[in-house]
Amino acid sequence: MKLKIKGLFKFFSKEKDLRKYKEISYIRRLIINSVFNAGSGHPGGSLSSVELVYVLFDKYLKFDPSNPKWEDRDYFILSKGHAAPLLYTILSYKGFFDVKELETLRKLGSRLQGHPDALKVPGVEVSTGSLGQGFGVAGGIALGLKISGKSNKVYVLLGDGEIQEGSVWETAMACGHYNLSNLCAIIDVNKFQIDGKVENVMSVEPIEKKFESFGWRTIRINGHNLDEINNAYKWFLEEKSNKPAVIVADTVKGKGVSFMENRSEWHGKAPNEDEYKKATEEIERD
Amino acid sequence: MVRLLMKMSIKKQQKKLRGIKKMIRMASSRDAYGDKLIELGYKIPNLIVMDADLSSSTKTIKFKSEFPDRHFNLGVAESNLMLFAAGASLTNKIVFVSSFAMFATGRAWEMIRNTIAHDRLNVKIVASHSGVAVGEDGYSHQATEDIAIIRAIPEMKVFSPADAFEVQKIIEYIAYKPGPFYVRLSRENSPLFLDTYDDYEFQEGKFFQLSDGNDATIFSTGTVTYFALEAVEELKKIGINVRLFNASSIKPIDKDSIIKSARETGCILTVEDHNIIGGLGSAVSEVVSENCPVLVKRLGIPDVFGTSGKPKELFKLFGLTTDNIIENIKYLIKNKK
Repeated sequence: MKLKIKGLFKFFSKEKDLRKYKEISYIRRLIINSVFNAGSGHPGGSLSSVELVYVLFDKYLKFDPSNPKWEDRDYFILSKGHAAPLLYTILSYKGFFDVKELETLRKLGSRLQGHPDALKVPGVEVSTGSLGQGFGVAGGIALGLKISGKSNKVYVLLGDGEIQEGSVWETAMACGHYNLSNLCAIIDVNKFQIDGKVENVMSVEPIEKKFESFGWRTIRINGHNLDEINNAYKWFLEEKSNKPAVIVADTVKGKGVSFMENRSEWHGKAPNEDEYKKATEEIERD
Repeated sequence: MVRLLMKMSIKKQQKKLRGIKKMIRMASSRDAYGDKLIELGYKIPNLIVMDADLSSSTKTIKFKSEFPDRHFNLGVAESNLMLFAAGASLTNKIVFVSSFAMFATGRAWEMIRNTIAHDRLNVKIVASHSGVAVGEDGYSHQATEDIAIIRAIPEMKVFSPADAFEVQKIIEYIAYKPGPFYVRLSRENSPLFLDTYDDYEFQEGKFFQLSDGNDATIFSTGTVTYFALEAVEELKKIGINVRLFNASSIKPIDKDSIIKSARETGCILTVEDHNIIGGLGSAVSEVVSENCPVLVKRLGIPDVFGTSGKPKELFKLFGLTTDNIIENIKYLIKNKK
């Protein structure tokens, strides 16, 4: 009997996982769709962050699509603003606006600008695109919340190439100095930037050691493994600490589309018709 | 008794104020800013202040001593200073940010442009040490391009007060007005004179007229406006009547006053402690050339870097003096059409 119940649990949790994987594939498909429609955009870094953002919005981030400025919400900031297709997809998927609007990405008159515009899109806390700036703003939000005695959390997603920006380390220093334990940075380490491999252009490792020395607590995970991602967010929320937290997540650039994976040329390029078909088939097969 | 005598003598001085050099009252813009912040700190509970290791120079340290929990030093890191200010403003804070004009606008320009200005955030950038009035520190600390580079950003408003009295008026105004502002302060103590005008008020997009006349017009901004005022009074003695405006609202600019004065006086002199490229002179010329072209002469830093020296010596070097203003007005009147 005991065994049977356990089996039943396993069955349900597998079903649940299946639902999640389906949703994740769906998000990847929407990303490819919108970039293909736009004829330009950044598929590589959008695809590498899907699981990290999906799990956050699915389980941990407090938000209300019908009231984007809800006072008790948590803040999510996409500091790697070029992953806008991912942000728009997750926001529309969660009901901030109609999924159909994704077709207007990057078109004249669309709210969905090439990089996220907070004045236009509900759910976008601050405009980003110029690398490093979202991270500093997230620090400022965390400080503002802290001095107001509020318990909202602040999540900010950066790329590994992005942390080459000098201001990132000014921000890292200040967040450590002001003990912003309500702040969780997630670094999507997909190991590629526009000009090639990060380690060849300007190496950023060892990332955890750098952040630790700036007064942060760190964890390194596989950024596509749902269990590890869950554990990381739980670690941020549950471990008592006065330090800001950084989740360093190893990912694959262009994840889910074989010919985009680990190829820097897919940082900022849209697929042509054949590539689009192939990409969609591959994602559906997954 | 001694006190009474002192009071009387101060009153006498104030009465004799204009035109009498010995009697000039001097006041510090920076101190006026620091004092005003304290006053506003009591009135506005969600007002906070951020600085980048220059709080004793920008005088935000005054606010810190009164409200230690509402003052944040971000260290020598102006880019992050602006970003933290932007973030804090998103949590319903009114954020005053201060540094030297050079670093607040130059180092952190892109943060101001892409985040603060674009998203119309409630961040008030009040920078001290503008222009060659910085003096001995030399070119690296003399911001002579700040008006130009901030004016070019959409949504940014740029104010340049002429004295400590106007500083307080402007700081009060921006504290209650949502959105981003840039206010340019000077390091040096400078003459206090605007408080002697009963009808003075600060208005966004409006210049305050200091004198009337139809022979020429001067638009002047910042503490050098006092030199323009002296020049106008000297010129009056020889029968030349010059219209003088205190152009503290550089953006938005007072188009009406510029166009009207161009039409009625036929020539314009601009005076500023800033590069003649991109500053008040350029802003006035833009309006004049599109609406009512007349002869415009720009007094300011002639597209060169500043240098070390006493502020007074530097003003003389760059022609920002009463005498040079007089000479330029005479030239303009002679050459206007």
